[in-house]
Amino acid sequence: MNAIPLIEFKNITKRFGSQTVLQNVNLQIYEGQVTTIIGLSGSGKSVLLKHIIGLLKPDEGTILFRGKPMAEMKKSEMAASLAQISYMFQGNALFDSLNIYDNIALPLMETTNLKRAEITRRVMARIEQTELTEATYKFPSELSGGMQKRAALARALITDPRIVLFDEPTTGQDPVRKNAILSMIAQYQRKFNFTAIMVSHEIPDVYFISNRILALYDKTIVFQGTPEELGNFDHPFNDEVIHSLEGLQKELTGLYSQRKFKILNHGQLKRGETGEDYCIVVFTLSALDAVISGLGHDAAQEIIHAMGLYIDKHFGAIGGFSTRRKSNEFVTVLPFSNIVEADSIMNDFVRDFQEQGISDIRKESQKLASSDKCVDFAIRAGIAEGQPTDEMDSIIDLAKSQQKEIGRLQCAAKE
Amino acid sequence: MAVTENNQDHPDAEEKYQPGRFLTRPFAFIGKAVIGWINVLGTATVFLFTALWKTFRPKQFPKVIAQIYYIGASSTTIILLVSLFTGMVLGLQSYHALIKFGAVGGLGALVSLSLIRELGPVLTAIMITARAGSAITAEIGIQRISEQVDALHTMRIDPFRYLISPRIIAAIISFPLLTAVFDFVGIIGGYISGVALLGLNAGVYSHSIQSNVDMKDLTDGFIKAIVFAVIVATVCCYQGYFVHMRKDSHGAKAVGLATTSAVVTSCVLILVSDYVVTSLLLI
Repeated sequence: MNAIPLIEFKNITKRFGSQTVLQNVNLQIYEGQVTTIIGLSGSGKSVLLKHIIGLLKPDEGTILFRGKPMAEMKKSEMAASLAQISYMFQGNALFDSLNIYDNIALPLMETTNLKRAEITRRVMARIEQTELTEATYKFPSELSGGMQKRAALARALITDPRIVLFDEPTTGQDPVRKNAILSMIAQYQRKFNFTAIMVSHEIPDVYFISNRILALYDKTIVFQGTPEELGNFDHPFNDEVIHSLEGLQKELTGLYSQRKFKILNHGQLKRGETGEDYCIVVFTLSALDAVISGLGHDAAQEIIHAMGLYIDKHFGAIGGFSTRRKSNEFVTVLPFSNIVEADSIMNDFVRDFQEQGISDIRKESQKLASSDKCVDFAIRAGIAEGQPTDEMDSIIDLAKSQQKEIGRLQCAAKE
Repeated sequence: MAVTENNQDHPDAEEKYQPGRFLTRPFAFIGKAVIGWINVLGTATVFLFTALWKTFRPKQFPKVIAQIYYIGASSTTIILLVSLFTGMVLGLQSYHALIKFGAVGGLGALVSLSLIRELGPVLTAIMITARAGSAITAEIGIQRISEQVDALHTMRIDPFRYLISPRIIAAIISFPLLTAVFDFVGIIGGYISGVALLGLNAGVYSHSIQSNVDMKDLTDGFIKAIVFAVIVATVCCYQGYFVHMRKDSHGAKAVGLATTSAVVTSCVLILVSDYVVTSLLLI
């Protein structure tokens, strides 16, 4: 990438007493992207993030902001740079003696000369956007963990920052809410076009929303690149960090990571002989954005989660294995089936899905729906047959081109 | 000797086995402690002046008013109770002491001067330390350990301006006012026990006050109250603000220890500074 990085670390070292937390860290963060820093707990991810906002100063090395060393900036320049940055803390850091309205209004009240009416207008707009209307005058301790996260996000966005730092935004949330928060961050990043820098170990969920991944391992950055490139990264980091976190993901959702999925697929195909067919099924949830805006992030993620579990339950029992390929797309491999058998398996699945699956998904989504709006959405599926010598991506594309609607949830709104 | 040789290989060996070190160790300990105290004193002084400097910034007035309510107005009840009974017991004890010398007519002067010069400022400061000072330390300490202070930094809100300055200014305003309340109610307490319960003439009591209490007594009392306000507010805010730097504990326990430390340090410093200020005022 040739553009000047928005933020660049050059040989940053940070020590606390005799303990070195960061050693010769070099990284680049580019404007308008979602960059995620991954690493094990206690590896120094939050320390790294706090250097960007100026809460910590490096012992050695240089931090450049738009190509200019921060240490050489004048006080006013530094203040102007930091004014573009907002920070969402791991523990939210909401003021527990202030209600949600006052928490969100605080940066505007203290750092601007806006009139009270204008502040109220802006705060109420953010409250509405983050689905916190019912909690406006409640105190943080009266809210659920997810609502507190949303309040912290609303506060981080109230000053319209150009850069938002997220320190483990999904900590302490269940799998559905974790994905709901990540989805919310991705949605707001697109909507407000800020640069998002996130610390997380929610692998592989963060891959769906990140443009770039930075891997922090053994006190330094060992990888910078796209999520796809990370899949081909040959380093102990992959064994010690990615595998362990992906294993946890499998336990929670039943679905394999994309990397594990590719390995399984490769292994199955190696065992097969040329001429022995296998099939791939691609499921897509249509109009995910409409579901999010109609029912909220939590309900949308519950639908995706329930869908994943249902697919795994059905196809896992007959030797199939599945992964979530995109935020609204699942891929299942049926390694021992030709197209005729796969069609028959699929027909059984569609029958079960229409009889039971749809109503189960509807029930789960209704529990978390944030509004009474009526939102319809369809689930589409397509099958394609391939041979061990074929590229998997081309079979997936073929399956997608043959997708047809297998189920429709009508008016999955809160009852 | 083999043992000695082995120990010499160890990096700490030379220091560990230095002969006569047990003689120098107490001095090293005292020196280290003194350097530590001087460091704290210097930091606290910078802390105080930074907070005072940041008082004169926009949007501070509502925060100061809120803190005056919290530190001052909310402490009124406890000050009324303590001052009433302090005055009553002072009147009672002094009456029985003075009657032995036939000087019971000086009861009003004794009670009022004791209260105005010493007991009023000191007991008011100690009561506010116990009620509001401890709460200030705990509140700021919890804000520190739950990253709320860091959150202020990230929102470009100066924590000194937002958290510390209003409290110190509010204390400087509240302490003399509450001291005045303490003095007045204490004198009424002395009247109740001396005049209403023990039968001293009311005119003698009030005349004794009028003829013996000077304006200087009142101003000296208020000067002490302001000195105590600065000490209490600085110590309590400082202990809470730097709770994360404590080496003896972390988290909630650190907040608890910081609160205890704030109250104990404030009370000791009130009494020490009382002596120093009294000496200076009497020169």
